[in-house]
Amino acid sequence: MNTELLGIIATFLLTLVIAIPLGKYLAKVFAGEKVWTDFLKPIESGIYKLSGINPKEEMNWKQHMKALLTINLVWLVYGFFVLIYQDKLPMNPDGNPGMTPDLSFNTIISFVVNCDLQHYSGESGVTYLTQHVVMMFLMFVSCATGIAAAVVFFKAFRDKTSVRLGNFWEFFVKSITRLLLPLSLIMALILAFNGSPTSYEAKDQFISLQGDTVNVSRGPAAGMIAIKHLGTNGGGWFGANSAHPLENPNYVTNMVELIAQMIVPIAMVIAFGIFIRRRRLGWIIFGVMTIGMFLLLIPTVSSELGGNPALAKMGILQTTGAMEGKEVRFGPAISAYWSTVTTIISTGSVNNMHDSSMSLTGAWQLLGMMVNSFYGGCGVGILNYFIYLIIAVFISGLMVGRTPEFLGHKVEAREVKIAALITLLSPFLILAGTAIASFIFTSHGDAAWAVQPKNWLNNPGFHGFSEMLYEVTSSNANNGSGFEGLGDNNVLWNVLTGFVMLIGRFLPIIGPVAIAGLLGTKKFIPESAGTLKPDTLTFGLMTFAVIVVLNALSYFPALALGPLAEYFTMLK
Amino acid sequence: MVLLCVIYPLLVAFAGKFSKGEGGGEKITKNGKVVGYALIGQSFTKPEYFWGRPSAVGYNAAGSAGSNKGPSNPDYLKQVSDRIDTLLKYNPTIKKADIPADMVTASGSGLDPNISEQGAIIQIKRIAAYRKLDEKKVAELVVENTQGPLLGLFGPSSVNVLKLNLALDELKK
Repeated sequence: MNTELLGIIATFLLTLVIAIPLGKYLAKVFAGEKVWTDFLKPIESGIYKLSGINPKEEMNWKQHMKALLTINLVWLVYGFFVLIYQDKLPMNPDGNPGMTPDLSFNTIISFVVNCDLQHYSGESGVTYLTQHVVMMFLMFVSCATGIAAAVVFFKAFRDKTSVRLGNFWEFFVKSITRLLLPLSLIMALILAFNGSPTSYEAKDQFISLQGDTVNVSRGPAAGMIAIKHLGTNGGGWFGANSAHPLENPNYVTNMVELIAQMIVPIAMVIAFGIFIRRRRLGWIIFGVMTIGMFLLLIPTVSSELGGNPALAKMGILQTTGAMEGKEVRFGPAISAYWSTVTTIISTGSVNNMHDSSMSLTGAWQLLGMMVNSFYGGCGVGILNYFIYLIIAVFISGLMVGRTPEFLGHKVEAREVKIAALITLLSPFLILAGTAIASFIFTSHGDAAWAVQPKNWLNNPGFHGFSEMLYEVTSSNANNGSGFEGLGDNNVLWNVLTGFVMLIGRFLPIIGPVAIAGLLGTKKFIPESAGTLKPDTLTFGLMTFAVIVVLNALSYFPALALGPLAEYFTMLK
Repeated sequence: MVLLCVIYPLLVAFAGKFSKGEGGGEKITKNGKVVGYALIGQSFTKPEYFWGRPSAVGYNAAGSAGSNKGPSNPDYLKQVSDRIDTLLKYNPTIKKADIPADMVTASGSGLDPNISEQGAIIQIKRIAAYRKLDEKKVAELVVENTQGPLLGLFGPSSVNVLKLNLALDELKK
């Protein structure tokens, strides 16, 4: 069998081998049971003392959300100013300038919401200081925010009726000390010994073999690359992200980075089942997500391995598949796997340039981000999935003509309303955002911005439309990858995607947690013969059907105008 | 915050000191001078060297980027076709169908240090002619410098262009 395909299979299997035990471990950690990492307790109590937190104080869902939003607001304000004044702060050996206010606005939102959309280039747009105290810091805490929100949601279903959902700060701190920090450390070391730089030296200069003078950007990147994947963040140290040879030196690091970005989202699903004492439900959800992933993965790999039909016409050898925007050391197969993984979970790091992917691949990438819950981001993936689940419960209830129930709680008008609003939010943000951008592109092409609207697009025709659609979709999904040809560092894109990211992050966290909080307070109804059982195969299929139907209805027209149209014109 | 922003990166930086290149990236030296980084591709345009892949940033490692050209972009297709013509001109003995896709398409980072084995093979005749070397010897060199799949099982094989060219310079002496 082909070594490139074997590479994909090995990577996926290794992911499962790590993620499943990790899920069991996480369930124990958050339930407060004994685990072997309890030796870290003194550090945690130190943190609680320093920040004046009482980890025993129980919160209801509203208090949880208040804590979450407050701390996120603090980070927003703090980071905004640090980025603007970074040129005046220390640790800037390359002398990079401060950010413009609109770029800083966009960047700080992007990192606070775990999106990591980057309208700057790492080598020239930020300093070593900001890479640490803004980027890397937020990568840890934004991921921990997502996980903590998911644990609140777990808590609501653990006991029959409960308003007390644990302490937000406790979940938050534990996500970092028990999960993210130890794993990052291990991974950073693997990267460092495979060639990722770790020292604080500035740019280097050398004279190449044939006599050219070359500058090389470097910096302590390994630590950031580790958390960028573990926390499904995706923001790169270098502009080219994980396609850059120092950010992703070889096939081994490529596998490690791929595994790292998937383990936490998968582990959270497994942990959910164990935590609420319904393991079967966890496995069914995992099954649906995995099927979803393969349905996107297989066509992606096949279209990339097939190569570019336009190049095939020129008569060159494409046995290795499509190579534009890809690196030889990875090859197209694992690059295609990466592009699927990075879009279905919300990482958004890339090891190949999505703008140069084959047209159909572009459609699958977009779809992965639109669904955003085949595993999904750290913690938030399962929250997104839950919304689909509630809709599925509601529809099943209508079919059999009973008041729908989920895990012993009646799902009533208020919960379904919230779920419906969240479901409608994504298409609204994506389609309206793309519409605004397209309108400005066609009618105000000459606006005097950093990049003039008429020069936004790097590619003509349908592909240009895909570039705009991708940018907004990626913002809404808090993904952060891009069709990077788009000239996105200007007022419109910075502000537009800034707001899309902000809304696309917090409402889909608050919605599910609110539903769970509301359900948790309701009277528990014991199961009877007529109860809808969510942990059956039938219900799994039902949820899957809901996901497919909702997304097809919302996005098919937009996809048809972009990547699908490009595909069919290339067939000619 | 202190834990995340100070202790953690310093731990990593400390450990990195023990890796190849002491945390600053692995360098390659020739006669005591640094001629490049093992992982960073560099531009080779002279006919007596093996060429690397086309780069969207001209192998300027102070930045990094791909071309971001879409698969159906007419300008891009023209560019590719020009690259094919250049290759054919400098390597008159090869046929179009011998040229692998990686030699006429830009990499994701613009700094790709590798080419495919086929990409090196098509250049053997030209190099041998320019350097007045035995073709067989150059071909052996390519085989020696080809790195196979990981553990022989996973992923593609590739050739590091800088290392190959260094070996080529050695061969002349």
